[in-house]
Amino acid sequence: MMSDTNYLTTDFTLRSWFLTTDHKRIAILYFASLIVFFFIGGAAATLIRIELATPQADLVSSDVYNRLFTMHGIIMVWFFLIPSIPNTLGNFIVPLMIGARDLAFPRLNLMSWYIFMLGGCTTLFAIFAGGVDTGWTFYTPFSTLYSNSYVIVAAAGVFIAGFSSILTGLNFIVTIHRLRAPGLTWYRLPLFLWSLYATSVILVLATPVLAITLLLMATERFFGVGIFDPRIGGDPLLFQHLFWFYSHPAVYIMILPGMGVINELISCFSRKQVFGYKFVAWCSLAIAAVGFLVWGHHMFVSGQSLVASLVFSFMSFIVAVPSAIKVFNWTATLHKGSIHFDAPMLYALGFIGLFTVGGLTGLFLACLAYDVHATDTYFVVAHFHYIMVGGMVTAYFGGLHYWWPKITGRLYSEYWARTAAVLIFFGFNLTFFPQFILGAEGMPRRYHVYPPEFQVWNVLSSGGATILAVAYLMPLFYLGYSAFFGKRAPANPWDAPGLEWQTSSPPPEHNFTTQPVVTRDPYQYNEAFQAEPQNA
Amino acid sequence: MWRQWIPFWHPGLSPHSGDVDLLFTGLLIASALVVGLLFFLLTLFCARYRAGNQTDRNHRVKKSWHWEVSWTAASFVCFLGLFAWGASVFFQIYRTQIDEHDVFVVAKQWMWKTQHPGGQAEIDALHIPVKRPIRLVMASQDVIHSFYIPALRLKHDVVPGRYQDLEIEIDKPGHYHLFCAEYCGTDHSGMIGEVVAMEPADFSNWLTQQAPSSPLASEGGQLFRELGCSGCHGGGGTVRAPPLEGVYGKPVPLSDGTTVIADDRYIRDSILMPRSQVVASYQPVMPSFEGKVSEDQLLRLVIYIKSLAGHP
Repeated sequence: MMSDTNYLTTDFTLRSWFLTTDHKRIAILYFASLIVFFFIGGAAATLIRIELATPQADLVSSDVYNRLFTMHGIIMVWFFLIPSIPNTLGNFIVPLMIGARDLAFPRLNLMSWYIFMLGGCTTLFAIFAGGVDTGWTFYTPFSTLYSNSYVIVAAAGVFIAGFSSILTGLNFIVTIHRLRAPGLTWYRLPLFLWSLYATSVILVLATPVLAITLLLMATERFFGVGIFDPRIGGDPLLFQHLFWFYSHPAVYIMILPGMGVINELISCFSRKQVFGYKFVAWCSLAIAAVGFLVWGHHMFVSGQSLVASLVFSFMSFIVAVPSAIKVFNWTATLHKGSIHFDAPMLYALGFIGLFTVGGLTGLFLACLAYDVHATDTYFVVAHFHYIMVGGMVTAYFGGLHYWWPKITGRLYSEYWARTAAVLIFFGFNLTFFPQFILGAEGMPRRYHVYPPEFQVWNVLSSGGATILAVAYLMPLFYLGYSAFFGKRAPANPWDAPGLEWQTSSPPPEHNFTTQPVVTRDPYQYNEAFQAEPQNA
Repeated sequence: MWRQWIPFWHPGLSPHSGDVDLLFTGLLIASALVVGLLFFLLTLFCARYRAGNQTDRNHRVKKSWHWEVSWTAASFVCFLGLFAWGASVFFQIYRTQIDEHDVFVVAKQWMWKTQHPGGQAEIDALHIPVKRPIRLVMASQDVIHSFYIPALRLKHDVVPGRYQDLEIEIDKPGHYHLFCAEYCGTDHSGMIGEVVAMEPADFSNWLTQQAPSSPLASEGGQLFRELGCSGCHGGGGTVRAPPLEGVYGKPVPLSDGTTVIADDRYIRDSILMPRSQVVASYQPVMPSFEGKVSEDQLLRLVIYIKSLAGHP
């Protein structure tokens, strides 16, 4: 029986939304903001792909093209991918999963959303006032001396948003340490929480370095203090070291939460405990730790010493090991399960395939001699889109569909959801696989015009992008429709064992009517493949 | 030829690019095996263990640790092999041997200027003889650029403020792409050129056919006098400065007790930052020429000083 009031129906005023300290409502605030950023970044990508359908410049000028890919990168990295799973799904699910009433610092949680929006609006202002043309990497001395665009404003937006990241990471760490329900030991934590914990550690440790780097860059640009520009006594490579010291761990900020979601989906839809739970849990922390020691693999051809390159190449191969272990464990989880192919599971299976291709091509790039050829070509572009879009965005969509009944209390159309999942998979591959070939043949990235022999693969890629764009728009409609007109969802539509499924859908304002007690491992299914509730 | 078996792949044109192609093939095969195995297992499990399908689900794997240890060890060993292979080729690629034929490359927004020792200058083009290692000495006038010849599987960034050596060799005559691979501003994608590899005889012809220009060394010598360098380094002046005859390539004792080889980089740094590495027993009195000479002029000065190497 549905309870009469839930977190959505306690109060309908705007004030009750914008001054809420309820983690569930803040998650919705994030969710709505991220949709806007995702489609702004996506619009830029669409224009880029249309332009690249022909070798000549026809749709936009070079200056506009450079602003488009910069905007696409900045928005997608800092205002979509990094906050996506932690701040929407994580915000909503973490307290529910550990049996708490809220995060440890509810007001800090609201503040982090306001900081995020301030940063986002600052960056959007820079983009619409005239744009930025440095690329999302802000490489010096181009960004400090030569770029004639809104560099400082855009960097200020990213700088501000960083504080939001730090506060969210801090909130998750404290929450997971302090607010676990009675009986919920570390090895009974769902793996989603292990990966969010690892993510939060990186957020807290790495983001300050980005802040320092951007501050130094702005100082050189504004005051002319020689830090990175050799003409006034600086060193351009110093910027790259500082930037990648943040930005490589940031890759793991983006992918670890996705991996966490996949654990939940694979387990739930094969009705089986995740194979090698402890290995998978510790792999998340291993990735977070080793991820700090691989940044130099972005600089193999920059002029850093050959010995440094050797060490960074070695560490990059090492960091691939725990990722490989995870893929093997997910596959082994399917063995002798009872597999259901609901939409979230289709996303999860798609994730395994796409992430594996992204990971393996990462080895090509970690391999010193091949990286000399492939770096700064479309091979790199394809590689990180397989991880970020094929991996992370697919996991985000999978998690969104999985927890949608819990968040909204409504069921979506399974038919449309499966169609979208399949379309995304094929559209994605058609968009990005040709880019591997372009890169292997030597087409550099960030090229507005290109030699005509590359056109075939660019046309295929642009065609795939059309399918992908349509597929990404579909959930906006069927999920949007279901939020208002969908069938009411039961408390546990997927027959999952997690704590979040034992409260009503949508949950009441304080999550649980009685304090849950945890008595067994996560992912507990009986011989008949039915979930065993935690405190039955 | 095995290299032609890779679909959509144009074989490389130097000894090193063959090694890189072989490495690429190795990586492709390893990846194909992993993807194939994974796809097979996923399909098999999804088909056999789909919900509702009656099949044997007893005797599940309970103890997982020996599986974990095996695939961890297997991944690690494979990765170690790929790492070592990639690293060994890498050190081959970036090895430079001093060769008689240096070519000087100046990158700037948005063009490649190349200059041969005889003074022949080109823009967005580079003519070289085949089957002979050429040493490029590269400098950037403004932002970071990256010198990239896909046919050689070779690139290196050109970072402002330092010289970068790169050895190239092409085995087959022809026209090849030269790209800027590091984003450098508005016309980044227009910063492309052509490398023309020619038979040695054709190359000699080409060199002589170019518009007559004075060798870079003599232009450097003229600059040396115009900028006033000769006033002190020429020996006759009132200020005592180290003589530059015979210095190039030799060890130079510094005032802090260390020794440095007087190569291109040291000479360039000494012109721009004369007080950072002062020759022993001399006073740090030379003014900096930072901002007073362009990369083109710097190159000529360096080449001039290099041309004095044979003098006593």
